[in-house]
Amino acid sequence: MNSNTGVLLWRLMRNIMRSPDTIITVAVTPIMLLLLFVYVFGGAIKTGSDNYVNYLLPGIMLIAIASGVAYTSLRLFTDVRSGLMARFLTMPIKRSSVLWAHVLTSVVSNAFTVVVVILAALFMGFRSGANILDWLMVAGILGLFTLALTWLAVIPGLTAGSMEGATAFSYPLIFLPFISSAFVPTETMPGIVRVFAENQPVTSIVNAIRALLFEGSVGNDIWTALAWCAGIMVVAYFFANKEFKRQLG
Amino acid sequence: MSNAVISVAELKKSFKEQEVLKGVDFEVRRGEVFALLGSNGAGKTTVVNILSTLMKPDEGKASICDFDVQHQPEQVRHNISLTGQFAALDGLLTGRENLMMIAKLRGVANPGQVADNLLAKFSLSNAANRRADRYSGGMKRRLDIALSLIGKPAVIFLDEPTTGLDPEARMEVWKTIKKLAGGGATILLTTQYLEEAEQLADRIAILHGGKIIATGTLTELKEMFPPAKVEYIEKQPTLEEIFLAIIGKGEDVNEQ
Ligand SMILES: Nc1ncnc2c1ncn2[C@@H]1O[C@H](COP(=O)(O)OP(=O)(O)O)[C@@H](O)[C@H]1O
Ligand SMILES: [Mg+2]
Repeated sequence: MNSNTGVLLWRLMRNIMRSPDTIITVAVTPIMLLLLFVYVFGGAIKTGSDNYVNYLLPGIMLIAIASGVAYTSLRLFTDVRSGLMARFLTMPIKRSSVLWAHVLTSVVSNAFTVVVVILAALFMGFRSGANILDWLMVAGILGLFTLALTWLAVIPGLTAGSMEGATAFSYPLIFLPFISSAFVPTETMPGIVRVFAENQPVTSIVNAIRALLFEGSVGNDIWTALAWCAGIMVVAYFFANKEFKRQLG
Repeated sequence: MSNAVISVAELKKSFKEQEVLKGVDFEVRRGEVFALLGSNGAGKTTVVNILSTLMKPDEGKASICDFDVQHQPEQVRHNISLTGQFAALDGLLTGRENLMMIAKLRGVANPGQVADNLLAKFSLSNAANRRADRYSGGMKRRLDIALSLIGKPAVIFLDEPTTGLDPEARMEVWKTIKKLAGGGATILLTTQYLEEAEQLADRIAILHGGKIIATGTLTELKEMFPPAKVEYIEKQPTLEEIFLAIIGKGEDVNEQ
């Protein structure tokens, strides 16, 4: 990381500290979902697991990240609109450092949100026998997932015409976990829905995290999960940078 | 070698069907305040965007301190700073933090000292530790201009520095810009206010219909375009009259 990225990262992190709603709002929705599913719907849902908080947590963490990356779009959009982006781009600094600062900010702030969500889950009965290596692998998957969605978020951040437009892309992302193995086993879903659920990225990522946290193994889904994250990241990175260059033409 | 710090030749730029710049030519000399005067939508911001490496021209050539804007953007960026049409601040940072941030990005020695000096110079010391989004319009603009001075760039672009400000704030900003003039930097200012050009600029270029239709000092422009008026008392034409005379002329030419 060059020192300019560091200065810009410092600036964005300071922005987040001064508008704490951006961390709190992001953590509140997943925690509410956790409460709702554990204490309201939980009794009626049969997952074959005796601890429903354990079952839910992987999917809830993904929802937290999916809603968190919308703030990257928002912050980028604000920079473009305010003219700060133009100021940075006319200064003798590496242009890529401007985008990387936003991306790293997203990784740091989402990590923070995920930790808050995990703490809340602990209060509600989440328990895992995973060792430090398993946890590191979970962190790696979540980090990669965050990077992938953040680069995706960069695109509307640069192109959107309005604040709502900048964040609208995240709604389907937040919805994806609901049609996956995150809340109920996919076996209970009817034909076409089940096919979709079993072949979309969230299911493999949820299954991989579950295997690491509760089975002490990497499971069968880890490669599919990593391939999805890496694939989305590469494609989104490509289009985000293409858009960045196009706007400078 | 000419003593032009900015030179622009045959610059053309279109957006889709709309031809905004149809061959713009002008030169700005070292140390002068040069105003690009034109009505809303004339293409002033487009010129500034091209000169500050934010946008590529379709045709033509522009150079800053003898560096080509298209082919040596890195060197150009070492020599310029842009104060865009809207005050480009981080509203959640304080005035001082904004200055520190830019000072660090520009790699100047002693960013804290640089920030404090600029705060004093722009009468912002009392507001140094207040968030920039709580500043008044005039204060924001002054901070914005202060940010552009960090690292002592050779060329400063001021794109419509007083648009949207109330008269009092406009006077404040004019004072600030007058202080900059003579500080050694070359200033390219765009404006749609005749009075602003008259007040601040050493030389003025009028951008109209995609071309520069007149360039010169205020006196030269006055000589070029005496208003067709019969009056009993001798009266100097105002820049407004000159402007309207030229634009009227420009449109006649277009129609033929
Ligand atoms: N990025 C852009 N895409 C499309 N049209 C643009 C763009 N930038 C400017 N224009 C158009 O070019 C014309 C000149 O704009 P501009 O340079 O901003 O004028 P000024 O700064 O003199 O008011 C306007 O009609 C504007 O709509
Ligand atoms: Mg403009």
